[in-house]
Amino acid sequence: MTTPSGPRRRLVPAYLATQGRELAPGRHSLDRLSILHAAADLPAGLGGEHRQLWELVRPGALTVAEAAAHLRLPVSATVFIAADLAERGALKVRAPIPSAQPVNRDLAERLLSGLRALK
Amino acid sequence: MDFAPSSNTGSSPIYLPATDPILMKLMITGPFGVGKTTFVRSLSEIPTLHTEETMTAQGIPVDDTARIPGKTATTVAVDFGRLTLPGGDLVLYLFGTPGQRRFLPLWEDLARGALGALILADTRRLADAFDAMDLIEEAGLPYTVAVNRFPDTPPIELDKIRAALDLDPATPLIECDARERQGCLDALISLTEHVLDRLPQETAP
Repeated sequence: MTTPSGPRRRLVPAYLATQGRELAPGRHSLDRLSILHAAADLPAGLGGEHRQLWELVRPGALTVAEAAAHLRLPVSATVFIAADLAERGALKVRAPIPSAQPVNRDLAERLLSGLRALK
Repeated sequence: MDFAPSSNTGSSPIYLPATDPILMKLMITGPFGVGKTTFVRSLSEIPTLHTEETMTAQGIPVDDTARIPGKTATTVAVDFGRLTLPGGDLVLYLFGTPGQRRFLPLWEDLARGALGALILADTRRLADAFDAMDLIEEAGLPYTVAVNRFPDTPPIELDKIRAALDLDPATPLIECDARERQGCLDALISLTEHVLDRLPQETAP
């Protein structure tokens, strides 16, 4: 038996936002704080959520979490669309912390002095 | 307490500074209605945003939805805000997340890469904080406990609260008012000092 959709269900299921495809391997490096910024023009043939995300981060950079909130998409769908756009060269993606610089005392000390400076 | 939802609506995006900042993350957690969203809102430079996170059937917060309007049984809202530190090369994200043990899988996903967590506690229902303490200890994050001062909170005796929570002597315990920016900053400073205490010393020169 199938369960009828509740009144709060999304009108467009999240998997349709990704055009029904599954996440390709190797795309799991994106997380909520990955930084997205439009790079080149939007490749022809991409519309819908791809266009919305690309247009959102054309004027400036936002994290995946912020993009998901503005587009009202699940984080997982936003990750998929961002990875798709990045693969086609339309989006630059940067890690929150450059990999050469893991969380260490230096970063925590910079955070501490930054917070104290806000007081 | 107000449960006004954070505003994803209509607010145009406020972009990150063009300085290629490093992004850091702290978790603000605790029981429902303890003031997490208020805390994030007090410090955030952007209108707080939220993402809807889908819960597994096992994790459906059935017992809480009745008294939290706008929360459905299948998703949980995660509120977050952002704070650019002076100089613009460091941006701090604050994620307000539910502190119930049944949210563990979601919590571990959200907390990946976080520096530490602030637990907000309410003296009128202190036992609710245990869940969040368990959750964070399991995730291995350093944390500080901040007692949120509500208008009708009786005078707070931190020694008694420390004993009641059976806190490790090294874990900071402070009080704050989630509506006041200065106190919220003090809470994050206390947490960051504790994070530093827990990080291994750099190799001596």
